[in-house]
Amino acid sequence: MTNSTNPTDPTPTDPSAHRLLLDPALLGDAEPGVDAGAPSGPLLEAVEIHKRYGRNEVLRGVSFEVQRGDVKAVLGPSGSGKSTMLRCLALLEPIDAGEVRLEGRIVGVRPAGSGGRSVRLPEVELAHQRRDIGMVFQRFNLFPHLTALGNVMLGLTEVRGRSKAEATDIAGAMLERVGLGARVRFYPSELSGGQQQRVAIARALVMNPKVMLFDEPTSALDPELVGEVLAVMEELAREGMTMVVVTHEIGFAKRVADRVIMMDEGQIIEDGAPDEFFASPRHERTRRFLEAVN
Amino acid sequence: MNFDPAIFWQALTSQQFRDGALIAIALTVAAQLTAVVIGLVLALMRASGNRVLGAASWTYVWIFRAIPTLVQLLFVWNALPQLIPALREDWFSPFLAAWVALSMNEGAYMAEIVRSGLLAIDDGQQLAARALGMTPRSVFRRVILPQVMRVIIPPTANEFITMLKITSLASAISLQELLTYTQQSISITFRFAEYYAAAAIYYLVIVSVFMVFQAWLERRFLWTSQRGDAGGLATALRGKGAR
Repeated sequence: MTNSTNPTDPTPTDPSAHRLLLDPALLGDAEPGVDAGAPSGPLLEAVEIHKRYGRNEVLRGVSFEVQRGDVKAVLGPSGSGKSTMLRCLALLEPIDAGEVRLEGRIVGVRPAGSGGRSVRLPEVELAHQRRDIGMVFQRFNLFPHLTALGNVMLGLTEVRGRSKAEATDIAGAMLERVGLGARVRFYPSELSGGQQQRVAIARALVMNPKVMLFDEPTSALDPELVGEVLAVMEELAREGMTMVVVTHEIGFAKRVADRVIMMDEGQIIEDGAPDEFFASPRHERTRRFLEAVN
Repeated sequence: MNFDPAIFWQALTSQQFRDGALIAIALTVAAQLTAVVIGLVLALMRASGNRVLGAASWTYVWIFRAIPTLVQLLFVWNALPQLIPALREDWFSPFLAAWVALSMNEGAYMAEIVRSGLLAIDDGQQLAARALGMTPRSVFRRVILPQVMRVIIPPTANEFITMLKITSLASAISLQELLTYTQQSISITFRFAEYYAAAAIYYLVIVSVFMVFQAWLERRFLWTSQRGDAGGLATALRGKGAR
């Protein structure tokens, strides 16, 4: 981390005065992702999402909403549908029923004919909508043929239409902010897991998304490298980024999340503020899960 | 009859051998590069998920791998002009016929090599690229293709070398390449050892040059910041250990 504040300090700093990661002047787009004048209502909504692979129904009617600037932690055992849900929200997987809404607008599909039916948008239009949604993967998925700088630049040049010179400046500044200023010329294979994941966060962040989705961002890391990634995410949360974080890091969820969701067998079985969620879970399944991971 | 170094040297330095070698090299490079493009298209058709395109690609590979290369070569040179009158003109040269036949044949093998390259790329790569908002075209050009290239360099270099030797088949359709000159010279002089040895030297030298080029190419795809002189030809010549 480049900031001097204690990453575990929950006191929010004034976001406009002290923005390390979300400086609007240095993001890949003119309009800032955290916009005070934006319309009210939930930023991201899942409405009765169903998803099946063959005969296996992975998501069985998932609904929730994320308010602007909120951090939503998603807990649950493996196979409960957490990652699938995130991929559906990122428009990377078609859903079988339900809706994904971003700022109130349905994304991923367009209406088809009568009776409220809809069809998935063609891939080029989906690509356009995905620019507003940042995604960080469990296994980083950095591009091995590009340097750290190249990884962060690619979206700027290919998607945002920035010139190479502009993209180099923006990407370099962003890598500096996640503490990797000295590593810009390194290839992913020459970086530690924690460094790779920070590059991946910078790669998503530099596109100036409206929401960031994290799919178990620290699960593939050696224990001593988890902290540096969580510190970047906490800074991001403090600066007002809207985030959905699938995680097994209970400590992170307690400290940073505004809401915590428990998923089991393709459904949300509990959705509450962290205090009550962890202190007195209503659902027996949640209680057993928390005991198991603690 | 002993090995006569003078005849060997005369053959090695002769204009005909040099011209024959140049034609062999030109045919190899032209046919192999065309085959890489054909293979790429076929592999993408197969991977597209479209049933018709996939079946067409599969059928192509099936036919062109099954029929002997020599038969394909003779078919293009002898049978095609009978079927297509336009090919009876002078411009349809043995070189052109060999180029068409060999690249179409090799395209089938390259399709399988490129397909294995596509399968080798982790699924997370296209996921991450799409998540950034990249269009399918952009994902392929900037993320998938560079990684496929690295995977297919060694097998493609193999194919290149094989192609050089397959060009000697074109002596059957009167292309004036290296083996044609060798055999013509032998039919006059009956000096088998000297002329075969000279031809062998040419093939050795050409393949060696290909191998240096392969080493240089592989270094360009090392993806490391520790590359020293960024994979120059001189470094490639010094070998992989040199840094």
